[in-house]
This record gives sequence, structure tokens and C-alpha cells, in this order.
Amino acid sequence: MLKKLVLSTAVVLGLSTGSAFAAGGAGEVTDYQFSFEGPFGRFDENQLQRGLQVYTEVCSACHGMKFVPFRTLGDEGGPHLPEDQVRAYAEFYEIWDPTLFDGEGDFRPAVPTDHFPESALSNAPDLSLMAKARAGFSGPYGTGLAQLFNGMGGSEYIASLLTGYTGEEKEEAGVILYENKAYPGGWISMAPPLYGDDVFYEDGTEATLEQAALDVSAFLMWTAEPKLMARKEAGLAGFIFLAVLSVLLYLTNKRLWAPVKARAKGAATPAE
Amino acid sequence: MSGIPHDHYEPKTDFTKGMEKRLPIIGLLYDTLMIPTPKNLNWMWIWGIVLTFCLALQIITGVVLVMHYVPHVDMAFASVEHIMRDVNGGHMIRYLHMNGASLFFVAVYAHIFRGLYYGSYKAPREVTWIIGMLIYLLMMGTAFMGYVLPWGQMSFHGTAVITGLFGAIPFVGEALQTWLLGASAVGQPALNRFFSLHYLLPFVIAGLVIVHIWAFHTTGNNNPTGVEVRRTSKEEAERDTLPFWPYFVIKDLFALAIILLVFFAIVGFMPNYLGHPDNYIEANPLATPAHIVPEWYFLPFYAILRAFTADVWIVMFASWITGGIIDAAFFGVLAMFGAIAVMALAPWLDTSNVRSGRYRPMFKWWFWILVADFIFLMWLGAMPAEEPYASLSLLGSTYWFAYFLVILPLLGVIEKPTTPPATIEDDFNAKIAKGKTGGMADGVATPAE
Repeated sequence: MLKKLVLSTAVVLGLSTGSAFAAGGAGEVTDYQFSFEGPFGRFDENQLQRGLQVYTEVCSACHGMKFVPFRTLGDEGGPHLPEDQVRAYAEFYEIWDPTLFDGEGDFRPAVPTDHFPESALSNAPDLSLMAKARAGFSGPYGTGLAQLFNGMGGSEYIASLLTGYTGEEKEEAGVILYENKAYPGGWISMAPPLYGDDVFYEDGTEATLEQAALDVSAFLMWTAEPKLMARKEAGLAGFIFLAVLSVLLYLTNKRLWAPVKARAKGAATPAE
Repeated sequence: MSGIPHDHYEPKTDFTKGMEKRLPIIGLLYDTLMIPTPKNLNWMWIWGIVLTFCLALQIITGVVLVMHYVPHVDMAFASVEHIMRDVNGGHMIRYLHMNGASLFFVAVYAHIFRGLYYGSYKAPREVTWIIGMLIYLLMMGTAFMGYVLPWGQMSFHGTAVITGLFGAIPFVGEALQTWLLGASAVGQPALNRFFSLHYLLPFVIAGLVIVHIWAFHTTGNNNPTGVEVRRTSKEEAERDTLPFWPYFVIKDLFALAIILLVFFAIVGFMPNYLGHPDNYIEANPLATPAHIVPEWYFLPFYAILRAFTADVWIVMFASWITGGIIDAAFFGVLAMFGAIAVMALAPWLDTSNVRSGRYRPMFKWWFWILVADFIFLMWLGAMPAEEPYASLSLLGSTYWFAYFLVILPLLGVIEKPTTPPATIEDDFNAKIAKGKTGGMADGVATPAE
């Protein structure tokens, strides 16, 4: 009986998988392994800190993260920087404050309650949610099965994009495009941002191209989903609670119906 | 309330006696909860509870979300991010609400196909069926407007496409579209009114749910045999039924717990699986996403909408006969709403005098093809509008209409049904004797029966 119910639920859920398709599409995305994948996945604090460094020293030249407040850099389940470091990090940015200078506005150093600035270049998308706004995996045939088994692939897509440059360039309508294996369509206007040894990691990790790409991808997953660990913990707690509740309700139901079924059996046997 | 003879509420204390004279609400609740329910209901009869749970979940999480959400084109997206980042437990509440919509539709489709298979729509339950269809329509409207609120790319461009459908209506289309949006394009007025209606409609649904329950409590539940409960005496009725509490409440709660187990795994471990990545990009009227695709639960009807292109003969015929008033776009809109309309008319299109599909050998095949067709159309709805998907969509849409308009009426005439058991009690006893688990046997997993 239990098997049947699980089966029927699976059938009904099967209905729903059809829609989960990728927006990304054609590009080649490598299924990198990240520490935060799976039901028990957790962010690696050191990796997030390294990723923050890559973002700060490389990405932030053009890209912004307007939905992320500096203060969250100190959160548990994130880069978890000490408070004084968060404050020092924020001061590193200049923020436009419209209340200053008698309401005419002026720049001032940021404080932890401020958000990261917006993108400096108009054609550089905001990165706050990028790891959720891209899906690295799709199909097969629009069934969404790849995403079911591999995850949505946002951070895999970013890492693949950063390592996917072939070195080819072309000029189109006055814009230089760079060939990239991961980018849908194959040609992207962003110049290769990472080559390897672009940053120097304090913790001794070697800053190869792939390492830096993975670190910043993990960091962008955190900026997109800062409550990921809390969510997985809640999911697990809820799952265990419901599993126990299901067993108890199953036993209650069985016991409740037992006399009814016994009577039915008694009624049916003489008739045969 | 129920037409099935049963014990009514007897107030015992002075307070309840006095209350019963003034406002018989305890009696009403008692009779509702203790309604005689056919013993032999199987696991496909659990979806009503799941749906009630979904409505409550959506209203409760929704009310909390509204406390933090700002319906303004410049702030809506940021306010959702505020909920996800700063509101205590906000990320869970939003993911529950987001995926709750999907659970709601999984349950409503299971519930509808249950009704179609076991003939729950047939006399005397047509009113229950029609109210159910109204609830389903309102659910779709509510879900659609709710999807606009986060003001992501898919919210914005999806709304532009769907409200554009109304623009396809001849003569009044453009004016109607402007009236609906409050402007010539999707913008602040549309966001504001969709927010208002998204908050209002769930309460209209709640009211209709009460009427839905009232209707089937008057006729009594259908059951897998489609045989009515004996009503000549209370004793006889009691041999076919058990009170809803505790027998079916506990059974349904068990099923609900299992379903929530799956639901919680999705919310906790892959909450964005059923969504579109594009909706995590703030709405930008100037950048249209490469593929605009509605949420999964709209896909079958979206496929029907797109299936009727200008080169389909029936569209050309309709266009010719109306002097071009009905063009492909308008035909598509008519087909989409028509697909739901023919389903709503099932009670009058089904001519068979046997209620349950279990005793209809030919019907079974056509029914399961319809289920497959529905899933097929859902898949096609997510595919780009090009060959071979366009032709396949037309094929799928044709079957959908043929099932309701041709197959159901004809089957009643040509099919030779088998004999259902004389009573519900017989069915229940026979099943227990066969070693099956009686009142809880056969779900969708045993189609052949």
C-alpha cells in the first residue's frame, strides 16, 4: 500500500518535471562539484572568503551586487568575516549618499548597512543573483531530468564560463567578442577576466584559473542564496519530522481500520 | 446536510443546548465532520484534503509575505530580495509559497483526473463538478497574477504575452487589454491591480470551496464503484459507509504527511527546480528573454493556444467563414478556453449510464490516453514554437477535444460495460477477502484494475 502511494505521488510529481528547462541552453557546462550541493551540503567558509577576494579584485571593476548588504559578509553560513573586517571592507567602497551636502548628495565611505554598489558598466549585469538567474543544465528534451540529478547548475555555469574562453576573438559592429564554450551562442562581449594567478590567496591555496573560477562561483552562489544552509537544515528537520509523523499516522490508520476490515473479512468468508 | 440517513448532532450540556437553539454551528460542524463516507474510497480520494491544506498554506504564507512586499515597479523585485535575505524565516516562507502553488496544481490535476475516471462529474454531482471547474479557473487566475508580483523578467514578459491574448479578441480586444492592464502596456497599474486581485481571489476560492463541499455533502461522495450508498434506512447506509471522522480524516492525514514529505524535500533541497532562472533577473521591458514559457501548470493549455496557427485548415475555415474576424491568434485563445470549457461540460457529454470507469472496458483506454495526452501537451508547451512540436501540439490538442466532444458521447452508445457490484459493502468485502487493503486500495498506480 505504501509502495502504491509513493508510486502515485511519483507519477503525479512526474507531471511537473516537464517544465523545468534551462534558460541557458546550448553552452558546454562542466558539472563541477561544490561543497554546498546535496541535502547536507554546506558552504566552505574559506572558499567564500577566497571568492570574495576574487570578486573584489577582479569582478567588481565592472560588475555590481546591489542586493547584497556588506553586513551579511559577517553572517554565519556565509564568508563569516569578523566585525572589524566587515567594517574595514565596507569603507573600501565609495557610496553615493543623496542626504549629504544639504540634500545635493555626495560620496562617502560605505558602512556595513550599505549595499554593494551597482554595476559600474551599464552592460555588465548585476551579480547578486547571477548563480540563480542562470541554469547550467537542461533537458534532455525539456524534461528537466538533468536538473533533477545535477542541480540547477548556476554556479557550474559561472565556473564553466570563466574557464571556457578559447582565446579566439572577433569584431562585430565595433564590439570585440570573445569565443567561450560555455556561453550560449558561443561569443561573449566580456573579455576573459581570469587567466590564473590573478589574485594572491593568503591561505596558501594556489590561485589557478580553475581554482579562482570555482571560488568566485561558490561566492556568487552564496550572494544569490545567503540562507542556503539554513534552508537545507530546515528542509532536513522538516523531512525527518514528517517521516516520523507519517509512520505514526500509518500505524494509527492501520489500527483504526483493523476492526472494520476484520468485520468485512468475516462477512465475506461465508459467502465464498 | 447529507442525503444519506445518519445520526444527527445531539447537544448534551446546557451550554450546547442553548447554543444549538441560537446558532446551530456546533451541529453544523459535527454533521459536516461526521458525514457518512463510502467505505471503499481509495487513495485517489485524498486530494481534497491536500487541496484544502494547500489553500490554507497559500493564504497563511501569502499574508505574511504581503507584510514585507512592496507592489511598486521599482521596489517589488528588491522587496522580494529583502524577504529572502533580511526577513526572519522569509526565505522559507517565500519558497513554501512559491512551491505551494505547484503542489496546489499537482493536487488539483490529480483531483480532476480522479473525477474524470470515476465519473464523479455525473448526475447528481454536476453542480459539484461545475463549482470545482470555477475554483480551478480562479486558481489559474490567482497563480498567474501571483507570478507577476516578484517582477522578474519572466513575470513581466509572461504577463505581456498572456494579456496580449485578450488583445486578439476582435473589435474590443485592444480596449479590453488596456482596461485590464490599466495602461497600454504592463507597468505600475497592472502590478497594483494584480496584487490586489491576487490577495482577493484566494478568499473567493475559499468561499467556493465551502459551496463545493456543501454540494457533495448533499449528494454524498462518489466512490470507486460509482454505486450509490443505500439510503432506505440508517442501518443499510451504515453498512456502506463510515463516518468521515476518524476513519477518513486519519487516512487522509497520513496521505498528506507523505505528500508533504516530498514537498518539504523540494522546498528544502531544490526550491527553484520548478521555477525559471530568468525570474531572478529584474524585469526589463527592453530585454525580452529568449524563451517565454509559463509555469508548468499552464503548459498543456499553452500548447493548445499555440497549436492553432494560421496554416491549420480549421483555422483557415473559421477565418473564411467569419470573413477574417476569427484569425489564428483569436482561434488559439478560443481553443485554450474551449479546452477547459469542454472539460466543464463533461457531465452532459458523457452518455454512459455506468458511472465509474472501472466497469467501462473501452473508456479506460481512452481515459489513459487522455492522461498521456495531458502530459504530452505539458511537455510540448515548454518546447519552442517550431516543427515538429507545432504539429505534435495540434495532434495533442485534437485528441483533447475529441475525447470530450466525440469519444465520451459515442462510448456511452457503443460500449458494453461490465456489471458493477450491487452495493458498496459488497465491493469493500470482496476487496478485503482478496487480501487487498480494502478501503485504501488502488491508486493511480493500478490503472488496469
